[in-house]
Amino acid sequence: MSPRPGFVLEVERSTPPTLFWHGEGFRLERLPAGRSRVIYAPEPARALEDPRAAIRHALDHPLGDSEPLRAYLRPGMRLTVAFDDVSLPLPPMQAPDVRQLVIEEVLELAAEAGVDDVVLIAALALHRRMTDAELLHALGRRVYDSFSPAGRLLQHDAEDASNLVHLGCTDEGEDVEISKRAATSDLIVYVNINLVAMDGGHKSVATGLASYRSIRHHHNPDTMRRSRSFMDMHHSELHSSNWRMGRLIAASGIRVFQIETTLNNDTFPDSFGFLQRREWEWSLRDRASFLASSSALERLPASLSRSIFHSIRSPHAMSSVQAGEVEAVHARTLENVYAQQLVEVEGQSDVLTMGLPYICPYNVNSIMNPVLVACLGLGYFFNLYRGKPLVREGGVVIMSHPTRSEFHPGHHPSYIDFFEHVLAESTDPVEVAKHEEAYATDPWYVHLYRTAHAYHGVHPFYMWYWCAHALDHLSAVIVVGGERDAVRRLGFRPASTLSDALEMASDVVGPSPTITHMRTPPLLLAGVI
Amino acid sequence: MKALVFERSLPRFAAARVAHVLGSSSRAASLGPLRLVDTDPPELPADGWVHVRPLVSGICGSDLATIEGASSRYFEPMVSFPFIPGHEVVGVLEDVAKPDDRSPALTAGSRVVLEPVLGCAARGIEPPCSPCARGETGSCQNLAFGHLSPGLQTGFCADTGGGWSTGTLVAHLSQLHEVPASMSDEEAVMVEPAACALHAVLGAGIAPGSQVAVLGAGTLGLLVVAAIRQVCDPSSLLVGARYHHQRVMALELGADQALEPEELARALRRRSRSMLLGVDLTGGADVVIDCVASSDSIRSCLAMVRPRGRVVLLGMPAKQTLDLTPLWHREISLSGAYAYGTENVGDGRRRTFELAMELTRSARLGRLVSARYPIDRFEEAIAHAASAGRRGSVKVVFDLAARPPRSSKGRSA
Repeated sequence: MSPRPGFVLEVERSTPPTLFWHGEGFRLERLPAGRSRVIYAPEPARALEDPRAAIRHALDHPLGDSEPLRAYLRPGMRLTVAFDDVSLPLPPMQAPDVRQLVIEEVLELAAEAGVDDVVLIAALALHRRMTDAELLHALGRRVYDSFSPAGRLLQHDAEDASNLVHLGCTDEGEDVEISKRAATSDLIVYVNINLVAMDGGHKSVATGLASYRSIRHHHNPDTMRRSRSFMDMHHSELHSSNWRMGRLIAASGIRVFQIETTLNNDTFPDSFGFLQRREWEWSLRDRASFLASSSALERLPASLSRSIFHSIRSPHAMSSVQAGEVEAVHARTLENVYAQQLVEVEGQSDVLTMGLPYICPYNVNSIMNPVLVACLGLGYFFNLYRGKPLVREGGVVIMSHPTRSEFHPGHHPSYIDFFEHVLAESTDPVEVAKHEEAYATDPWYVHLYRTAHAYHGVHPFYMWYWCAHALDHLSAVIVVGGERDAVRRLGFRPASTLSDALEMASDVVGPSPTITHMRTPPLLLAGVI
Repeated sequence: MKALVFERSLPRFAAARVAHVLGSSSRAASLGPLRLVDTDPPELPADGWVHVRPLVSGICGSDLATIEGASSRYFEPMVSFPFIPGHEVVGVLEDVAKPDDRSPALTAGSRVVLEPVLGCAARGIEPPCSPCARGETGSCQNLAFGHLSPGLQTGFCADTGGGWSTGTLVAHLSQLHEVPASMSDEEAVMVEPAACALHAVLGAGIAPGSQVAVLGAGTLGLLVVAAIRQVCDPSSLLVGARYHHQRVMALELGADQALEPEELARALRRRSRSMLLGVDLTGGADVVIDCVASSDSIRSCLAMVRPRGRVVLLGMPAKQTLDLTPLWHREISLSGAYAYGTENVGDGRRRTFELAMELTRSARLGRLVSARYPIDRFEEAIAHAASAGRRGSVKVVFDLAARPPRSSKGRSA
């Protein structure tokens, strides 16, 4: 039987309560009947039966203007294999990770061709360095042990001036500065995991291996406001900028062999199976799992709940793999992402509700701080659309999350200062941006980014810029069940319950508002017509 | 007259200490050595002394420490019992004063503020000690000698009375400063603590363009902020304040940034673009003024100040235990700041109290007086003063002209 497509449920009196994520927990909420709808993600697409065979086939049958990978490999060449970092996929997947499968096949071909000078680079951009355990998980023991001790497993350092090369500026004046090792290689093989439509394409190299000097051109409030949404590359200035940069990289004579993979929506293991089933289809076992996990999580301290959730390894399976020339590959990848995630939705509503989970791309094995909560809700979930946002202009977003004023001091040091200092002055992304340079060049943050496991000093600014489109579009943002002071610092309004939040929203958008709830994760992309 | 009298009683000291440790200042006030009694006014000790009837008298951190039994035993030789507390005093001169060449011409009925240090002039000691000769009365070497009982200030001396009474205290003419008619009692009662703040600031060596931090924003911390803005030209002035109203007031008084205390070091690190070695900034503030003076606050200040910078203890520290290795290794100067006297300003020297009068008026410091209590409700007043921050208040005072209260709450200023 084919997996069922996504579904829009019109809420009626008989509709069972809807599951809302709430950080390291969940809540069942009753949405008003007759004016609410719930969007469910499509069921998991079929997994590739033999992923290794599919990878080999992709490498031998490239898309676009590209030779098969083996045609580019020769003795004496410099080969750089770059791969997506710990921010993908979410949650981290059960071993073997897709990157391991792809990189093993690439290395096999390289070895057959007698290529000796091979370096692996984690394409961190301005993200934190991965730990050894995270690298080991992503690459597998065989690859890790072959490359790490030999110093041939690197993590991109966007602050290492001696290992960056400025390739020029695009016709829009955007600096293109990327890893010197990659730029001076005869071939870059980029191994991507395309979890959402925003990922991949030219963004892989042009952002993943770039410097702050380069990234700042598309990670800014203006670009973000003109990306509507950045899950739709044809209406996304973020992508236009990356594409200009990617084409300049290609024009510089740098050959990129892009390998993109998509994953299916099989997001949670059996013990949390109810999270990806529709409430009215919950079995007795699902109900029991929900009740048991909810009541247990309520009693546990937040740190313990966090540990439990961050130990989840997703059963994600590879649903497609394509390789070759960047743009042709990405076009096919997007078709596959849309096939898995797209749900057609008719019209916008007054209010958009979302339950925010414990994880986003920037707190894997870490803490979801308030800035990341804002980014997950307004940056990611709000932008999970093509066409029009799910909520009308001037509408209200209601997010459910504990929004604790907690930060991981090792991973997010500049976030602490950003929250205390920058957001205390203004939450307007344009005003916020006035502090960007000071944070981006702060020697302490640079030191921690380069030598420890800290996100770059500028990173919290980027998180806030990601909210720019939503902040422009909405009249109010309400957080249910969040720490009041933290919520207010974000410029949002705190509410104790969903019904309080809906009442507050009515004050903004009028009585009896229409409501859309995004039941995600599993991931979905709303095609709003 | 009614007066709060502090008696020497070891059991009551112990009871106050226990109540303080248990977190009850009102219990410390009621169980401790402080008693509201009917007593005779003090007699004039010698020529040059006059009677002053207090109108308003403040409750200071050092008063609270004494009442709560948390004060250092260091002060024992400089205090005589029983004494009437109260050294932040604005009052009315009761006698006709005979001016001499060192004292202001005052008439009966003049409103005055008290400069409470009992130095050589007040004690009839001639020639005065070297500090008093230089006008640095806060450093007087004769606080236990002369024709007065020991007492570092009015409010800690058995012979002078103190501000916490409805009758009179006695003051030497050299201790009195006339209050201009345009200055309210609320402003005038802030002159003495403002003088403390000015003295600390003027002695802190704050060069133009310095980065300065103030830790703690109770009365003294806020006055330090106002004083720095009045007499210094720092490039930045940051304040660590526990409570929201303190941060608001610190900004109003001229702070560039007012933060939670735990945010202060991070803000200084950003501004100085320092690195961190453990908890210590590699750069940091040029001067940090500690208005808390606990072992934690001193350690924080040592971490926030730059190498070879200066930490000034303005809060009264009592006995603290801390690791001074960073002070040694980073060659930090740690200095105390007590009371006032005469300051070097511009081309000349001026009495700190004169400067404090100007500061009080220009910065409108009377607004820091948050609550006034009649003396009958001293337990409430002391409990309020001890929890001023939590209760959204700054300075709590006794209103000695007040009639017996009808309500159970202190009157907001």
